[in-house]
Amino acid sequence: MKSALTDLQFQLAWNRLLAIVEEQAQVLMRTAFSTVVREAGDLSAGVFDTKGQMLAQAVTGTPGHVNAMARAVGNFLVVHPLGKLKEGDVLLTNDPWLATGHLNDFTVVTPVFQRNRPVALFASTSHIADVGGRGFGPDANEVFEEGLRVPITHLFKKGDLNQTLMELVKANVRDPVIAEGDLYSLTTCNQSGSTQLLETMEEFGLDSLSDLGSSILQLSKSAMEQEISKLPNSTYRHSMTVDGYDEPVEIQCALTINAKDILIDFSGSSGISDFGINVPLPYTEAYASFGVRCLVGNEIPNNAGSLETIRVTAPEHCILNAKPPCAVSARHALGQMLPDVVIACLGEALNGEVPAEGASCIWNPVFMSVNTPNVNAPSEQFVINPIFNGGTGARINRDGLSTTAFPSGVRTTPTEVNEVTAPLIFWEREFLQDSGGEGEYQGGAGQRIQIEHAHGAPFAISKMFDRVNHPARGKDGGQPGSRGRVYLRGGEQFRGKGKEKIPGGEILVLETPGGGGSGSPTQRNPEMVSRDVKNGLISKTEASRIYGYTSQD
Amino acid sequence: MTTRLAIDIGGTFTDLVLDVDGEQFPEKLLTTHQDPTEAVLNGTLRLLEQCSVRAGDVALVLHGTTLATNAIIERKGAKTALLTTSGHRDVLEMAYENRFEQYDVNIERPQPLIPRKLRIPVVERIGAGGNVLKPLEEESVLQAAELLRQHEIESVAVGFLHSYANDEHEIRVGEILQDQLPNCSICLSSQVCPEIREYERFSTTVANAYVLPTMSHYLHLLEVRLKEIGCAAPCFMMTSGGGLTTLRTAARFPIRLVESGPAGGAILAARKAKELGSDRVLSFDMGGTTAKICLIDDMNPQLSRSFEVDRRYRFKKGSGLPVRIPVIEMVEIGAGGGSIASKDVVGRTTVGPESAGSDPGPACYGLGGKLPTVTDADVVLGRLDAAEFAGGQMSLDSAQAEKAIENQFGQSGTEVSELATVIAEVVDENMALAARGHAAEWGKAIEGRTMVAYGGAAPIHAARLLEKLRLDRVVVPKDAGVGSALGFLTAPISYEVVKSLYMKLSRFNVQLVKRSLLELEQEAMEVVSEATSNVLEVSVSVLMRYAGQGYEIVVSVDQSDLSKENLLASFERSYLNLYHRLIPNSDVEIMSWTLRVSTPLPDVDLIENPPLNKTPTQSSRAQTMVFGNESLSAKVVSRNRLNPGDRLSGPALVTEPHTTTVVPIKFTLTVNAQGDLILEKQS
Repeated sequence: MKSALTDLQFQLAWNRLLAIVEEQAQVLMRTAFSTVVREAGDLSAGVFDTKGQMLAQAVTGTPGHVNAMARAVGNFLVVHPLGKLKEGDVLLTNDPWLATGHLNDFTVVTPVFQRNRPVALFASTSHIADVGGRGFGPDANEVFEEGLRVPITHLFKKGDLNQTLMELVKANVRDPVIAEGDLYSLTTCNQSGSTQLLETMEEFGLDSLSDLGSSILQLSKSAMEQEISKLPNSTYRHSMTVDGYDEPVEIQCALTINAKDILIDFSGSSGISDFGINVPLPYTEAYASFGVRCLVGNEIPNNAGSLETIRVTAPEHCILNAKPPCAVSARHALGQMLPDVVIACLGEALNGEVPAEGASCIWNPVFMSVNTPNVNAPSEQFVINPIFNGGTGARINRDGLSTTAFPSGVRTTPTEVNEVTAPLIFWEREFLQDSGGEGEYQGGAGQRIQIEHAHGAPFAISKMFDRVNHPARGKDGGQPGSRGRVYLRGGEQFRGKGKEKIPGGEILVLETPGGGGSGSPTQRNPEMVSRDVKNGLISKTEASRIYGYTSQD
Repeated sequence: MTTRLAIDIGGTFTDLVLDVDGEQFPEKLLTTHQDPTEAVLNGTLRLLEQCSVRAGDVALVLHGTTLATNAIIERKGAKTALLTTSGHRDVLEMAYENRFEQYDVNIERPQPLIPRKLRIPVVERIGAGGNVLKPLEEESVLQAAELLRQHEIESVAVGFLHSYANDEHEIRVGEILQDQLPNCSICLSSQVCPEIREYERFSTTVANAYVLPTMSHYLHLLEVRLKEIGCAAPCFMMTSGGGLTTLRTAARFPIRLVESGPAGGAILAARKAKELGSDRVLSFDMGGTTAKICLIDDMNPQLSRSFEVDRRYRFKKGSGLPVRIPVIEMVEIGAGGGSIASKDVVGRTTVGPESAGSDPGPACYGLGGKLPTVTDADVVLGRLDAAEFAGGQMSLDSAQAEKAIENQFGQSGTEVSELATVIAEVVDENMALAARGHAAEWGKAIEGRTMVAYGGAAPIHAARLLEKLRLDRVVVPKDAGVGSALGFLTAPISYEVVKSLYMKLSRFNVQLVKRSLLELEQEAMEVVSEATSNVLEVSVSVLMRYAGQGYEIVVSVDQSDLSKENLLASFERSYLNLYHRLIPNSDVEIMSWTLRVSTPLPDVDLIENPPLNKTPTQSSRAQTMVFGNESLSAKVVSRNRLNPGDRLSGPALVTEPHTTTVVPIKFTLTVNAQGDLILEKQS
């Protein structure tokens, strides 16, 4: 048995690695340009051993990068073996299948050298607002239409910028300044991680991370195995139908709990789509395993060891294992639905103590200017990509959260900032009455947003919304949440996905979906009903229809 | 002869210091929550009597208090409503629409101070450029006023979108409400926090409105009570930004008082280091529940404008209510004497943020606490004087401490002292990591700083933290138990104002900026000159970023030399210092200007080292102290028996009523002329 004091040294070094990647992520967030990175935390950061195994990862806004980034570094090392890399080299890719699932995500990998020997690698990923092509949205039929695809290549070679690559990137995107800035910010955060790692290794007298790393991975893995072993072994099945692009998509899931690991199989799910809602496997893995990790072993840090205990498969040519050249830009619309399915499977193993379905997919419209033929009044160019959320499903013995991101952890952007950066007016952004699914515990509320161009000009919206035709379902007698809606105040209704031109002077209305309720509404505490009526979250009509509420006024 | 009185009301204790011609007399009482002035008056009378000073001789009263913070934490503020732009009444509750803890599905987001039914829409709309998109419908204000009357509202916050750019609607609504509800307090977001980002601005304004009636009532009462005992001296309030302000301003913007206690501590730390000739300080405050670390350069603590009150979830960022006020930036983590040690699922020892508090408290208190805490580890390691804890009011039960640790961590063949070492090391490492992360976040270096340690648990852990941060020297000030109040005595009188004025640097409009700064200066001068006829200093900072970034950095600028080129140079200098790499070809944008008017920093005299006393220091007894694998016999010395010039070599313990200073082996402790303890690592 190791002594408590040797054990202590190991633990302190591990804590140090975790602190280093958190700081790496902070630097990325503070220096990023892209709105979704800096305001919303759509990024990830981690440190890897020389075999490409992830040792520590920052807890950031997006679970979608978790497994995806963990695998990416291995892919980099296949193309550029560590032995051939030099100090000052920085590698880059945005290949959806080699990194995190769509062209907007750029992953940068930096090897770290101690006395000329490679000892580790840092990786970071951030979402760059525009990568050319049709722009961020689900309308493409092939990945080639979705923008520039950069294979794994050098961004810096021995400290010198790869000018050709940078010029190529800048020539292919709509906002070259922002893209350049974000590539620098990725490089900067890896550099900051490297510096701190070397200091730490010096302090702890380490000339390699291999012992430390294998202990971290081994302990994390066995802790996960321990947690899994508490669950009853069996296969649990669940399915969910969501909107898709032009036709509904069926997600079929079989979750098998073995003695030491969990296998998630999406066989039977719909085939690939002709549009950009297909999901590359690494992204499927990320959200599926996140669903498990919310409920099983959620205190165990993410690393190659803990991730290994959850295996995810989907047949080839299934929409959850789409291959090139499928279009994948809006892969989050389906990916973010996966935790709901996985959680429902786990429900059986956990005595039903799991949340109900929620809005789940973030509502992140891209608003942009459209060119008008009137040369006398050229329209102001703009693109913004704000994030809005619906309600989460009712939870275990408590209501769902209103307008809150789940499973994504991103933050919304302030209305004032949206209005300063684009000529749009957000006339309304408020909780939507009667939107949370009723039940003993109620689903979280969605919101209504009303938007108009400030100068009466037309503008465009690119939509990647779901739960417009298929609402979040309730659980154990709870009611479904309200459906999402997209329409003009003038009356025209839109579907949830695709690009639309909004005529000048019209007001566009978005209603995000509500979360599903849990348990029979008759069991709900009348005081909570009365509180929600007073606060206007439920109308009196609905309260009396569903909860038998009678006004005391 | 000048006599000044400093008062610091905390959650548990009310501390007072009477300064008579530079000589300082401390007093500590339990806070009287029902009527906080009671403890203040009792303590004041005691001190006056002790020093034979008449109340009328007190020339100045300096005061800090956590009452505003407590009102928010306990949700015991005024009945408050928010009048806000129609269509946006849920800004306070929607907040950032995120979960601050990714892997916990059961978190609750911070409850807004005002429920939805009291967030009342008003028909009006200002656009992003400050233009009026929809004129104010006064009828909707009158209807709102009626609702406020029905609900017997005591305080109203008014927060409209883009009011930082155009405040006319908020001002008009303020006038109407004043007329309709003359007894109601009114706070406008354009006055409390004129900055872009509606959630933070409204949150700050609402918090201000929420504590305003309580605070202004309390401040008035204190003035009256002090007059009753014959003390009519002007009273200045300590703000979270480290400056003193008038009672009148404090009563208008009480939210600025929230972190006054920690601010006082940081100011004391700055002064103590300066007295030793050090301009670079790491201030380290460790109490029962949390530790706070703050970096100070040239007597100026790092300032920022963001703070969260009432972090409910493991002190985690995002679990509290954001307020935008000038605040001394410090990192606070759940590491204190009462922090509980346990094992996580991976088998790692964790310490905090859960705390045993003072009831039942650590296991060694013998009050029924069964979980091992940092204090229990300290007792087992011999780093506390178990027999004479809290000035002899309490004795610590070392057997209970050992039992608690063994129950939690025991494995066969491991000494309990080894387990205790792990706990102490983990908490010290947590603090070291927090200090390093904080330094990195603000682009500062740790190396070469003088540490100043105060608060009940800090002097116990200071030496080890010093080693972990590779520093050389720590000061444990005399009377550190009343450190915040001591700090008030040297704080400058100052006031900071802010204005959001969005501008690309490429289109820098020097005229507009100068005009705005002049307005800001007048506003701040008005407040400060009420309090002092002293010469005043003006300092200006700009919040800037590369166009398109989301986080601004604070850039100090020379007001007399404002030009595009100078601003760019200053920005790049600060940016490089923080992030080590500039971004080529990018425009820079200005978000806001802050202007601070302040009395100059006091002159601080270097303290000469007294000649070393030849006679060895008397120790009352010895006890065993454990460091790593070594058990050593340590001298136990009572601080009140130490004299200037005394020197001790570790291992030793210096005890005093509210703390113990640990002198490990290879450390030397010297007492300086002020009675401060200087702990240095032997080279």
